[in-house]
This record gives sequence, C-alpha cells and structure tokens, in this order.
Amino acid sequence: MKCRRCKGPAVIELRRHNAGFCGDCFVHHCREQVRRAIDEHRMMAAGERVLVAVSGGKDSLALWDILIELGYSVDGLYLGLGIGEYSASSGDHTRAFAARRGAHLIEIDLPTDLGFDIPNGSRAAKRVPCSACGLSKRHLFNQAAVDGGYDVVATGHNLDDEAAVLFGNVLRWNIEYLGRQLPVLAAGLGFVRKVKPLVRLGEREMAAYCILRGIDYIVEECPMAEGNRHLAYKEALNDIEERSPGAKAAFYFEFLEKASHLFQATADATRAELRPCSSCGSATPGDTCAFCKLRARAGAASS
Amino acid sequence: MRVLLRNPRRELEVPGPVAVHALLERLAINRESVLVIRSDTLVTGDAVLQDDDVVEIRQVISGGAA
Repeated sequence: MKCRRCKGPAVIELRRHNAGFCGDCFVHHCREQVRRAIDEHRMMAAGERVLVAVSGGKDSLALWDILIELGYSVDGLYLGLGIGEYSASSGDHTRAFAARRGAHLIEIDLPTDLGFDIPNGSRAAKRVPCSACGLSKRHLFNQAAVDGGYDVVATGHNLDDEAAVLFGNVLRWNIEYLGRQLPVLAAGLGFVRKVKPLVRLGEREMAAYCILRGIDYIVEECPMAEGNRHLAYKEALNDIEERSPGAKAAFYFEFLEKASHLFQATADATRAELRPCSSCGSATPGDTCAFCKLRARAGAASS
Repeated sequence: MRVLLRNPRRELEVPGPVAVHALLERLAINRESVLVIRSDTLVTGDAVLQDDDVVEIRQVISGGAA
C-alpha cells in the first residue's frame, strides 16, 4: 500500500478515507484534522490559555502534543483517581510526557486533595465507577480552569467516543444529553468553555499517532472500565464500521449537521434552571451539586 | 511467529507467512479496533508476516464514560 500524499510505503490504512499514509504524512493528517476541527467549530483562538485534561492515555497525550505543535499555549491537568497500580502508571506516563515536552503539568490527587478515591467513592455513593470518575473529572477540570484563569478546557474525546455516546443517547432517546453533545460547550454559569479537538480522528488514529511520535502512553485499560456499556457500544459500532467504512463518522457528523439543533431547546431549558450549589457554588439543578454529594458520601464512608 | 495481545496480555504462536488481514480474520479480531506492530513498526493489512516475526496486536478501544 502507498501513502496517498507522498506515494511512499504506507504504515497505516484508514478505510474511512480510502487511503494509506506513511508515518510523516499521517502525523500531518492528524494535525490537519485537529486544525480543521478547531477552525470549523471555533474552539479556541490564538493567544487563549488552554488547559488540556490528560490521563496518560493515547488520546489526551496525543492531543497535548498536537496542540503544542500547532502553537497553542497549553498546560496539562492530571487527576489522580486512586485506582491502584493503574493510577500510578498513568501518572508516570503523563509526567514523563510533560518532562519530555517541557510542558507545564498541574496535578490533583483525589485521595490526597479531596479525601476519597474512585473505587471506594463510587461504592459509597452507589454510582458505577465510570460515572463517579466522569463526574469528578468534569467538576475538577472546570474548577482548576477557573482557578488558573484558563480560557478553555480541551479534552481528548475522539470520534469513537462521540459516536459511542451518541449511540447510547439515541438508544435511550436521552433528549437533554443529545442537546448537549457538541464539540464545543460555551462558557457561562461558572463553566469554562469546553472543546473536543479530536472529534475528526478515531481511536485507531490516536494510538497510531502516539506510536509514530514515540509517545509512551498507558496501553492497559482502566480496570474499573471493564465490561462497561460504553465499551460495548464501541464494539458494536466497530462491527458496523468493518462492514461499512465511514459509518461512525457519518453517524456523528450527520447528527451534528442535521439533528443536533432539534434537541437544543430542551438542553437550554435545563441549563436555564441551574443555580449555584449551596456548598461549592457550581451550577446545579438541585440544592447541592452531584460532585459535592459524591464527596460527602465518600468522605462519610471513609471516616 | 510470536503474536502478543494485550488486555488481557497473552501470547500466541501462529505459523507464517500470513497477511495481516488474514491473521486478524483467523483470530476473529475486528481490524477497526487494533493496530498491528512488527518490530516496533506499524504495518498495513496487506503486509505479509513471516514465521520469525514478533508481532503485537494492540487494542485501541479504551475508555469509560459516564
């Protein structure tokens, strides 16, 4: 197979694009896809301060690398989840990348700084671990961005992540979530703007980018994620993709173009009802935000 | 050839020569969910793997989501 761009030997085939790429041209392709996503969705402007949420995995480290290469002012934020060896290793991978790139890394450790970890906290709060983890990340990334004066939080959600979330939301016709499933969530109500610059790239592309760039990411899957619904949706979508290359991209981008706006009113109405959490001040539909409830239940269980 | 798989980590012995596509089909692995790496280098589906190759089939699906 030949590289579509330079006609040299290809190292990766992207059936969705009906193309192969050599290493250098593939790296160029990834950067161009991110540049295009940022421009198309007006994610961030030159000079803005960007905080990228990093986990030590392929997506977030690749995103950090690409944003640095594109010339953005970008720092990293790593959240230690207290998941045993997995957290120790993911932290090591993140610190090694930051040191190699000479990039600034902010760290928050759930057990040390907040008094709970994901395995015990999720159990105490009667949440599945991925739910407690996602909730903690959303809250703490936003808080760190506000505290640090950042203009935007960038996350490593890729095309497969977005297609899988969309698949789950459609299966349940979760109108409110469908209305919020956008590559950019505007700032307001105490929330910093959130962006997903990897939406034009799949997981396979992100792993390949890391390998070709020599980025040592944590390959092992989080032990808490094993068997979760999100992974099952990804497998189902990949079964479709194998028979019909481009199906995932069509599913997600056609949703954004043709259907997303149909759900905006519901999402906007829900957002309009938010008020400050009585404990931390974050916007919430109730008296106390979900993160403060999680923290209180986890703290009570450990004391 | 020696084939390394992860999540969970395990090793298989597979006779070569065999094309990457055929190897994945034989192992019932979806080619959209993996990368194939030979001696630290990515290889495409039409590459032919030899009997003395060491190959990693790396899963790329990851992540929990709330």
